[in-house]
Amino acid sequence: MHPVRRQRLVLVVFVVLFSSAAIGLVLYALRGNINLFYPPSEVAAGLAPVGKPLRVGGMVEKGSIVRDDSSLRVSFRLTDYQSSVDVVYVGILPDLFDEDEGAVAAGKLNANGVLEATEVLAKHDENYMPPEVAEALKASGHDIKGKPI
Amino acid sequence: MWSFFHKLGSPPWLYSIAGTILRWLLPITLVVLVAGAVWGLLYTPPDFRQGNSYRIMYIHVPTAVVALAGYYVMAIAGAISLIWRMKMADVAMRAAAPIGAMLTFLALVTGAIWGKPTWGTWWEWDARITSMLVLFFLYLGVMVLYDAYDNKEAAGRACAVLSLVGTVNIPIIYKSVDWWYSLHQPASIKFTGESTIDSSMLYPLLLMIVAFYALYTCCLLMNMRTELLRREARTGWVRRLIVEEGKG
Amino acid sequence: MYFDSWQAALVMDGHGGFVWAAYAITTLGVVWMLVYPAWSRRRALRQLAVAVRREQARADSAQGVR
Repeated sequence: MHPVRRQRLVLVVFVVLFSSAAIGLVLYALRGNINLFYPPSEVAAGLAPVGKPLRVGGMVEKGSIVRDDSSLRVSFRLTDYQSSVDVVYVGILPDLFDEDEGAVAAGKLNANGVLEATEVLAKHDENYMPPEVAEALKASGHDIKGKPI
Repeated sequence: MWSFFHKLGSPPWLYSIAGTILRWLLPITLVVLVAGAVWGLLYTPPDFRQGNSYRIMYIHVPTAVVALAGYYVMAIAGAISLIWRMKMADVAMRAAAPIGAMLTFLALVTGAIWGKPTWGTWWEWDARITSMLVLFFLYLGVMVLYDAYDNKEAAGRACAVLSLVGTVNIPIIYKSVDWWYSLHQPASIKFTGESTIDSSMLYPLLLMIVAFYALYTCCLLMNMRTELLRREARTGWVRRLIVEEGKG
Repeated sequence: MYFDSWQAALVMDGHGGFVWAAYAITTLGVVWMLVYPAWSRRRALRQLAVAVRREQARADSAQGVR
């Protein structure tokens, strides 16, 4: 290769590597802030600030959803199967919100460790299948990933 | 091998071969695109959880995938034009930016429309969505930077450096859903291991991805032809071309 | 077709507005991506043709042909 071109090639590689390293370091420094939400175990460990706006994400614990009869008030528990966080919310829930499904709640933790949510989002996973396939899996005692329950 | 590269560097050859390819590829692309869209919209089963809203996936995923791949096309063309000072690579880089910007825009908009009925929000400052927005600004940046210079050679060099610096964003977008807690779900199509999408939904999706790659190729060739005409306006082959077009 | 009728395909159990809007916007974007380069190439050719004709006329008059 011509020496001038080789020099330019080295320069190009240097630009890519140097900018990658710089941005990589920035992302590493900010890693906590890039996470959209705290998992319940981090909340339980006291890593989440109390009284500041934050999000908690996890699975909605089975049987934990309690709806108020006279208002839009609802309470449920978010879990990552190690710890769980109680959430209270007043408002309309997304269609896909259900027990044993993922959800992200935004709000503030009160002194009792309960998340007073102002927004609840449903989180769905990467599994797509027709309803009949899901039914068949369930009937044969498998979860949606095809593993026996 | 080398003669092919020398031909690639020849504007009249590139202009005419691009025209020949387009005459075949463009109709095929349109047919596949329409077929894939109709398949996804009307002939696939609904998803067991999301119902019919998941049908947006058939345009959201292909636009996003090709927007990411198209960035590498732009960046590699930029690197070639920096190192070898190959004019056609500069033409390709310039041609790739607006296509990538449009595809990224479509991925963002369809994602927002999909997010409302499933997540319950149009927009969330989630790692995946934010890094995708950065990609959109990178594409726009290359377009604006090119127009800002009067000296087009300097413009090409500045754009090449910007697109090379931006390549770091592509793996970030791709891995964002694995590295950080995000609202966006991880990828369903996996290169290693089994895909987590039923085959009745996977095949139309793969068809749409192929269709959007073909669309990208068509648009790239069309933009390159226009750019070639502009740059080579004073040369003999363009003059002859105009005389021929004038007769026809 | 998966849906029983065109009516059902349009409504999609309440998600029709989202789905059809997303497809409509994408269609517009794709049409723009294909039409704009074709149109701008044609315009470039037209402009060049005008420039060539003007130059030709100037060259002819300079030579005193006309």
